[in-house]
Amino acid sequence: MIGLEHYLTVAAVLFVIGIFGLFLNRKNVIILLMSIELMLLAVNINLVAFSSFSGDLVGQIFTLLVLTVAAAEAAIGLAILVVFFRNRGTIDVEDVNVMKG
Amino acid sequence: MIQADLTLILPELVLALFAMAALIFAVYAGKDKLAAPILWLTAGLMAVLAAWIGITGEGSRTAFGGMFIDDGFARFAKITILLSAGAVLVMGQEFMARRDMLRFEYPILVALSAVGMMMMVSAGDLMALYMGLELQSLALYVVAAMRRDSVRSTEAGLKYFVLGALSSGLLLYGASLVYGYAGTTLFTGIIAAAGEGQAPIGLLLGLIFVMSGLAFKVSAVPFHMWTPDVYEGSPTPVTAFFATAPKMAAMGLFARVLHDAFGGVSADWSQVLALLSLLSMFLGAVAAIGQTNIKRLMAYSSIAHMGYALMGLAAGTAFGVQAMLVYMAIYVTMNVGTFGFILTMERDGQPVTDISALNQYATRAPGKALAMLILLFSLAGVPPLVGFFGKLYVLRAAYEAGLAWLAVAGVIASVIGAFYYLRIVYFMYFGEEGEGLDRSRASVPAGFLMASAAVMLFGVVNLFGIEGLAQAAAAALVN
Repeated sequence: MIGLEHYLTVAAVLFVIGIFGLFLNRKNVIILLMSIELMLLAVNINLVAFSSFSGDLVGQIFTLLVLTVAAAEAAIGLAILVVFFRNRGTIDVEDVNVMKG
Repeated sequence: MIQADLTLILPELVLALFAMAALIFAVYAGKDKLAAPILWLTAGLMAVLAAWIGITGEGSRTAFGGMFIDDGFARFAKITILLSAGAVLVMGQEFMARRDMLRFEYPILVALSAVGMMMMVSAGDLMALYMGLELQSLALYVVAAMRRDSVRSTEAGLKYFVLGALSSGLLLYGASLVYGYAGTTLFTGIIAAAGEGQAPIGLLLGLIFVMSGLAFKVSAVPFHMWTPDVYEGSPTPVTAFFATAPKMAAMGLFARVLHDAFGGVSADWSQVLALLSLLSMFLGAVAAIGQTNIKRLMAYSSIAHMGYALMGLAAGTAFGVQAMLVYMAIYVTMNVGTFGFILTMERDGQPVTDISALNQYATRAPGKALAMLILLFSLAGVPPLVGFFGKLYVLRAAYEAGLAWLAVAGVIASVIGAFYYLRIVYFMYFGEEGEGLDRSRASVPAGFLMASAAVMLFGVVNLFGIEGLAQAAAAALVN
C-alpha cells in the first residue's frame, strides 16, 4: 500500500535533486532552469499528496497557482537568458562571471 | 460581501489597474516617448495612494476569508513602500533619460512590483503570500536586466533570477509542509495548529524552509550571495529601488508570517533569527571594508542593516516589531538620500561608481558633501543622528528580550561597520587631489539627498512622530 510518506519521500528526493542541480551544475544555464522547475514540481507533488490524504481541496488549488506562477517564472527566466546570450554570446554557467561573487 | 472585500483592496486594485492600463496605452500610443509622463504619473499615484491609506485606514479588517489582512502594521509598511518607490522613480528619471534607458516598461514594472509588495505585507494566507512574493520578484528580475545592451545588467538579472527562483522554491517547499501538517493555508489556522510552545516537527521543518526563503529576499547571511552582484550590475536607479521598498516589504512579510502564523512558537524561530542577524551584521561590516565600488559597498551595507532589523524581529515581542519598523523606515529614508547622491556621481556624462573618484569632493561641492557626510554618519549610527536612534531601538528590543549577547555583538559590528562609512568621508574631505567628478546638473536626486540629510538631522527631536505610529502598527500585529 502506497501511503503519504512514499509521496513525500519522492517529493523530497526530487527537491534535493533540483537543489543539487542548481549548485553542482557547471555547464549550462538551461539546466538551472530545469532544476528550478524540478523543485517546483516536487512542491506540487507534496501539495497534492497532502491535499488528497487530508481530503482538503485547498492544496490542489495551491498546486494550480504554483503551476501558473512557474510558467510565468520560466518565461521570464528564458527572456532574461536570451538577452544575456545576445550580449555575452554564451550561456555557460562558468561564463556568468563579469562580476565576481 | 464581495463588495466589502474589494473596497478593502482598493489601493492595490487601483495601482494594478493603472499599471495595466498604462501598459496598453503606452504600447498603442507612442512607446518610449511616453515613458517620462507615465513615470511621473506612477510616482504621483503612489504618493496619493500612500496618503489615502494613511488617512482612511482604520482598525483591523480582513477580506477574502482572511486571506488579505488590512491592519495598522500593513498600512505602515505600505505607506513606506509606496513613498520610497515613488521617490526612487522620480529620482532616477533624469539619470535614465539621459542615458537612453528610460523605457515605458520601467515605471509600470515598478508599479506592479509595488502591488506585489502591498500584497506581501497584507498576506493572511500562504497562497496570498506566495502570490504577492512572486508578483514582486518577477517584476524585479526584469528591472534588474533593464539595460538590455549591457552585459553587467543582464548578468545581474540572470543571477537574481536563478537565486530568487531558488529562494521561492525553498519557501514553497516550506509552505507545502506547513500546509500538510497544519491542514490549512490560513495563518489563523496555522497558529492554532502550531499551538503554544510545542509545534509538531513537520511544522517546524516547514517554518525553517519558509524562513530561509524569506532570508533570501531580505538578503540575510548566509543567503546574501546575490546581493553585491545584483546591486553592482543593475542600473543605479534600479539599485536604489532594490535597496528600499523590497527590503521593507520582505521584512514586513517576515514579521507577518512569524507573528501571525507562528506567534505561539516564538522561542523556536527567535534563535534562528538571532543567528541570521548576527552573521549578517558581521559579514556586512567586514566584507564592505575592501570594496571600491560604492554600489557594492551599499550592498554590503544593506546586508548589515538587515541584520539589525532582524535583531528587532528576533526579540519576538511587540516592542521588537516596533523597533524593526522604526529601523526600516529610517533605513529606507537614508538609502533614498544616499542613492540620490550616487545618482549624481558622474564624469564626462558617464556614471561613476568608484569610491576613489570622490577624492576632494568637498572642495567642489561643499553642500552635497556635507549632506552626504550627515547621511554616512547616520548610516554608521553615530549619535546624535537619526540612524543612531534606529540602532538604539533594536538594541534595546534585543536586550529586553534577553538577547543581551546579540545586542553587544550588534554594537561591536556597528563599530567595525563605521570604518567603511568614514572612509568615504575621508575621501571626500581629505583625499588626494585627483581626477574628480563633474559638477552634476541633476537637481532632483540632489534635492532628495538634501531632504534626506535634513530628516536625519532634524528628526532627532521626535523622529517625526514615527515611534507612535510604529507602536500602533506593532500592537496590531502582535497580540
